[in-house]
Amino acid sequence: MSNLLNISSSPHVRDKSSTKSIMWDVFLALMPATIFGIYNFSVRAKDINAVLLIVVCIATCVLTEYIWQKAMKLPLTVSDGSAALTGLLLALNLSSTFPVWMAILGSVFAILIVKQLFGGLGQNFMNPALGARCFLMVSFAGQMTSFTYDGVTGATPLAMIKNGSGDPQLIDMFLGTIGGTIGETSTLALLIGAAYLLYRKIISWKIPVCYIVTFAVFALLFGGHGADMGYLAKELCGGGLILGAFFMATDYVTSPITPKGQIVFGILLGILTGVFRIFGASAEGVSYAIIICNLLVPLIERVTIPVPFGKEGIKDGK
Amino acid sequence: MNTCMERLKNGIITENPTFVMMLGMCPTLAVTSSAINGLGMGLTTTVVLALSNIFISLLRKVIPDKVRIPAFIVIVASFVTIIQLLLKAYLPFLDSALGVYIPLIVVNCIILGRAEAYASKNPVLASAFDGLGMGLGFTFGLTCIGICREILGAGAIFGKEFIPDDFHITFFVLAPGAFLVLAFLTAIQNKLKLPSATNTGTDDSLSCGGNCASCVGASCVANKGIIEAERTAAKAAKAQAAKEAAARAKAAKEAKAAQEAAEKKED
Repeated sequence: MSNLLNISSSPHVRDKSSTKSIMWDVFLALMPATIFGIYNFSVRAKDINAVLLIVVCIATCVLTEYIWQKAMKLPLTVSDGSAALTGLLLALNLSSTFPVWMAILGSVFAILIVKQLFGGLGQNFMNPALGARCFLMVSFAGQMTSFTYDGVTGATPLAMIKNGSGDPQLIDMFLGTIGGTIGETSTLALLIGAAYLLYRKIISWKIPVCYIVTFAVFALLFGGHGADMGYLAKELCGGGLILGAFFMATDYVTSPITPKGQIVFGILLGILTGVFRIFGASAEGVSYAIIICNLLVPLIERVTIPVPFGKEGIKDGK
Repeated sequence: MNTCMERLKNGIITENPTFVMMLGMCPTLAVTSSAINGLGMGLTTTVVLALSNIFISLLRKVIPDKVRIPAFIVIVASFVTIIQLLLKAYLPFLDSALGVYIPLIVVNCIILGRAEAYASKNPVLASAFDGLGMGLGFTFGLTCIGICREILGAGAIFGKEFIPDDFHITFFVLAPGAFLVLAFLTAIQNKLKLPSATNTGTDDSLSCGGNCASCVGASCVANKGIIEAERTAAKAAKAQAAKEAAARAKAAKEAKAAQEAAEKKED
């Protein structure tokens, strides 16, 4: 029989992408931010801790998944790269001086409790890396919010803007030569990675664009600085907004699958982040906003199911 | 005396209110941030439970059936008020640590549950031991959770710190830690095949385990025949479906074999 005459059921459009290829694409897209983070916090400051955190987080995540799946006699999914990606994202969300043993604890929490106990990849109810970040934030608030840059311990730019204790330069915040977590400082490096993901069609524009635009509108309306574009730009470049919007809110498992749902999801994220940043006690609110919206995803999907083609205008099967 | 020992064992192990019946979750999750709080809450509840069981059992022939729940509540509330005043007088630190959860013992579902299910139908001594057993089971559950949370979250047992400050995981002292510890302890109990809400051992289609001899729910007893009949019918239907599926599979196989033979012939 000729290959051309093969008959198969749908889907008829084939694509070479797989879980593995997507995970490694995201991994690759995070490389600019990772390399810049290593340069910024390890090479310049001559402190090995940032590199160590990245390596340890990835290794612990992969190892935890491997041991769990071996012990529970489950099919091994370590090679699909999802655990390694979780580890990298978690490390990028940590302060460069964070103790390594706490990072190990966070990695185990991310993989074991947030991901595997709920059924593994595809079943996790919230982003594992962010779940672990919030676990560490609640447990070790002191170490999580202590940031050192060039040997000087100081507040993050966002905290400075919030308490008015300093005036960070916008160009530093855009390039990333400023304090913060390992991966969040350089907006430029993150945008390069995001552009790659958009070009490769790994993520759609809907979630990040809705997220950032909603947040910008919220900050303009309620930020207390009027139509000050400098303030707005700093709020956008500061903290984990870009990292969260492009790399974590777009996680396939924990974001809505419906197009309308993605827009609703993005808008909700923007509003929550605005509320947490402007009215909350802490200067940062991206991670809490994302995990709360992760929990809302099933509800969002339920009300935004698209109408099948040909059924427009037909109600209740009549 | 046999009944009394059986009641104690039932409360502490077989029908442990925390790990098996999952009752009284509100105080379980709220006050177990340290071992001493768990123990205090458990013992307070035990005293109220035993006393209210005794009184409800004594009054079981006097209380009219239609107003039994309000009557139970009045009895329980009286004891809770007494206990709360005693705690305020003699153990003020425990009173302030447990706070609003002491008055809330009035509506604790373990107490009302035992009054309704046991004390209102059984003699005084057995009811007293039932209350005592349930209370001790509750105390055991709360203390276990409290110890785990205190070790992980504050590095101490009963206030004796043995892990330095840097290694405290604050998460476990907060509310999510309570859920996590309770889930893990229940999982361990499930793994060890002890009876629990999700692992009844005898029959999983009924929440009570289908053990009608030890059950006092009148409606269940009345419905037993119907439930059994339904179950038999379901089993028969399942067997029938399996048989049909097997027949269909066989037919399909034969058809396929015939087709292959035909194709071979064509070649």
